Amino acid sequence: MKARVTITLKPGVLDPQGKAIEGALTSLGFSGVNQARQGKVIDLDLAATDESAAREEVGRMCEALLANTVVERYDIAILS
Amino acid sequence: MKSAVIVFPGSNREPDAARAIRLAGGDDPVMVWHTDTELPPVDLVMIPGGFAHGDYLRAGAIAARSPIMRAVADYAARGGYVLGVCNGFQVLTEARLLPGALMRNACLTFVCRKIRLKVENTNAFTRDYERGAVVTYPCAHHDGNYRADDETIARLEGEGRVALRYVDNPNGSANDIAGIVNETGNVLGMMPHPENAVEPLLGSTDGLPLFTGMVASVASGDSPELPRRPLLDRLIHRNVSPGA
Repeated sequence: MKARVTITLKPGVLDPQGKAIEGALTSLGFSGVNQARQGKVIDLDLAATDESAAREEVGRMCEALLANTVVERYDIAILS
Repeated sequence: MKSAVIVFPGSNREPDAARAIRLAGGDDPVMVWHTDTELPPVDLVMIPGGFAHGDYLRAGAIAARSPIMRAVADYAARGGYVLGVCNGFQVLTEARLLPGALMRNACLTFVCRKIRLKVENTNAFTRDYERGAVVTYPCAHHDGNYRADDETIARLEGEGRVALRYVDNPNGSANDIAGIVNETGNVLGMMPHPENAVEPLLGSTDGLPLFTGMVASVASGDSPELPRRPLLDRLIHRNVSPGA
């Protein structure tokens, strides 16, 4: 079973890299970008075959290591 | 004074840490590998700078979950002194021994230069400085932008737990925060490098009092102390702002 964890900064947390991306897009002439926020995606290939068990396990991984919940939030998607 | 310096794959300031402790009158520190599960009997634990585990995932994140950090957390909970510098500060926040998080510098560049700091509060670590003194340490980091929620920042300020503040903020840290202590005053984390300002040859000796102060605190046998405030005041403040 494959799971995808998307980690993004919590709203309101300053994102200097997102700001740089936003500035670069604007300088390339893309005028409609109000804001860019960057994060990371972690794809996991799991031995688990039960979707809800996999989701729970990945949630524990996020809390234990993958996300710093002081400044980040995470979203778990089961891909297959 | 007996001390331990924790070494992770990618730590690189451990010889500097050991030298600073020796120059301040401490014994030769014991180097403790990250896979160890116990600390030797020591008066101080130092987590040096570097790039533990390559800072993969986040700065200090993987190091904070290493076996030795459980022993460091227990040691800190018993009131043992812990100093984390630069990557060590990142490890301490990731391990939740200090609040907040250290994020990418607002300027996005690696900052490597001498910076001026104001000694904001004197505590068990900064006791050998005059409160309000301005000192110069080198700094060298990419992720030194200290962030915490508004309530945490207010609590740090209200309880006098901001030990050091940047004069010219190099990384965008909230409230110009360069170093903080935990609630009980026995854990200090800071981004700049006092261990690299301990001899004239290094261009500054401004960092040495931090180490002599720690040695003196250990020698005095006092429990770590926060800036002197009426006890009642502190208790009331904590009741008003509970939380991590």
